[in-house]
Amino acid sequence: MSDLLQLSAVEARAALASKKCTATELTQSYLDAAVQTEALNNYVQLTHDKALEMAAASDVRLQAGTAGPLEGIPLGVKDLFCTEGVETTACSAILKGFVPPYESTVTSKLWADGAVMLGKLNCDEFAMGSANETSVFGPAVNPWSDSNGPNLAAGGSSGGSASAIAAQSALLATGTDTGGSIRQPAAFCGVVGMKPTYGRCSRWGIVAFASSLDQAGPFARTVADSALMFSSMAGFDAKDSTSANSPLPDLASAMAAGVKGMKIGIPVEYQRDGMDAAITTLWEQGQEWLKDAGAEIVPISLPHTAYALPCYYIIAPAEASSNLARYDGVRYGQRVEEGGSLDDMYEASRAAGFGEEVQRRILIGTYALSAGYYDAYYLKAQKVRRLIRNDFDAAFADVDAILTPTTPSVAFPLGVKQDDPITMYLNDVFTVPANLAGIPGISVPAGLSSDGLPLGLQVLSGAFCEEKMYQVAQVIETQSGFSGAPQRAAGRANS
Amino acid sequence: MSVDNNTVKKIARLARIHVDEDRREALAGELNAILSWIEQLETVDTDNVEPLASVTGHSLPIRDDMVSDGNRQEQVIANAPETTSGFFVVPKVVE
Repeated sequence: MSDLLQLSAVEARAALASKKCTATELTQSYLDAAVQTEALNNYVQLTHDKALEMAAASDVRLQAGTAGPLEGIPLGVKDLFCTEGVETTACSAILKGFVPPYESTVTSKLWADGAVMLGKLNCDEFAMGSANETSVFGPAVNPWSDSNGPNLAAGGSSGGSASAIAAQSALLATGTDTGGSIRQPAAFCGVVGMKPTYGRCSRWGIVAFASSLDQAGPFARTVADSALMFSSMAGFDAKDSTSANSPLPDLASAMAAGVKGMKIGIPVEYQRDGMDAAITTLWEQGQEWLKDAGAEIVPISLPHTAYALPCYYIIAPAEASSNLARYDGVRYGQRVEEGGSLDDMYEASRAAGFGEEVQRRILIGTYALSAGYYDAYYLKAQKVRRLIRNDFDAAFADVDAILTPTTPSVAFPLGVKQDDPITMYLNDVFTVPANLAGIPGISVPAGLSSDGLPLGLQVLSGAFCEEKMYQVAQVIETQSGFSGAPQRAAGRANS
Repeated sequence: MSVDNNTVKKIARLARIHVDEDRREALAGELNAILSWIEQLETVDTDNVEPLASVTGHSLPIRDDMVSDGNRQEQVIANAPETTSGFFVVPKVVE
């Protein structure tokens, strides 16, 4: 087959099953594509030999008729997932050279289902960032960037994952989402990114950022591919104490059912001043598509929306300051010794090993948890978090799903100096509430801005009701007719 | 609640991150900007609101206190900067 890169995962599965191509051919096409689009910096490591070994094993199983649901599908892994025998750094200097002796639960499940590992994907350092600019390997580039213009941000923190899917150098990819780190880059790169209900996917073996918010999820080019990959990632794991023992809903039948009779909430608080006009227009268009497909559009109120970001910027750094305390340079990772006391060694190692944004967040979190400030900041944020969750509970008592824009802007140029970290934080204004409430959310590419950059719509549903979210997402994908064809994708002339 | 150079020094020590003296002032400015933006939370009425620490809705599972893994010495020390006879060799950490 000539153009294997154009196949969706669902189509590739059919092609493999009907022997139109082999897993080795498919994998080789993706490895070549990754090399060809190297300038996008979305891989931090290509596991070439391992990929071909896994593909050969997939071909054996395909021949033997024992193929798994993802058999032979080439997949990239965010560098936050521990992969046995393959360096895992969370894109931080402090973990350079760290080779996990174990495999994360999520990636184990993907390999058990037959997926083929292409390599490790770029991300913000410890997943802290919204442009992939805090990575020690430098930023991933958005394949929608004009070759003659400035490089655009792929988004973050899972910027490498989104960039690789859009650039056709991975067919599927893992991501993690603590405040929007899957959905925002998916919107920027014109791909489908989904954050499941908190507890759906095991966190075991994923480098922790903020444990009460972190959740792994799939990146894909289509909604159906996203559902396929999610079904392999999800499931109870005794090794994660917050893992949910709740059966996965039937996603395929839900997606086939359409949205007739569904009630879709439109939160008034998500209409923000200064939002790109194209995004407001697309949001209205999305409502029309759903109405045309038989859904009822209902205005709703999520009154504490404005407080979600400040609430998040206490809770996430507080948890991060605690989680990242383990990196002390003693038993593994970077160590800096300049003589002096033990504390001097810790301080020097952590100052050299952590980048600026990670240090900033650890300091904010340490301050918020320190004696005298705990009640004013951390406890207060946890109470506001309850109110945000209550807002969603009240909304989902009445509606099946909620439709919002994914981001307030399109992809911005890389390297624009921002004096004020809060400007970067505002990227996550529409995505953070779902993490605080623990509910699932998906970003579906649905249109282009006047500059030809992709725009995403976000669908939220109640906890453990991913089928409703996918049901709506499928209709948006179909109605929008979005076809992702970035200029710098593999196979295009000027990539 | 304003952060000054001394507070930066204090929290940097608590966080075990060395911050050069000449960086403290800039950092204090950044942290103050973030904290004053966060202080809008004070306007939310949270009287009688229970803090939400976990969204899972289930209590922590308890397992039997039994050994379920082991005999992995080589893997355990695989990332150690230095080892001898199957042990970590580390700087003196008990003072």
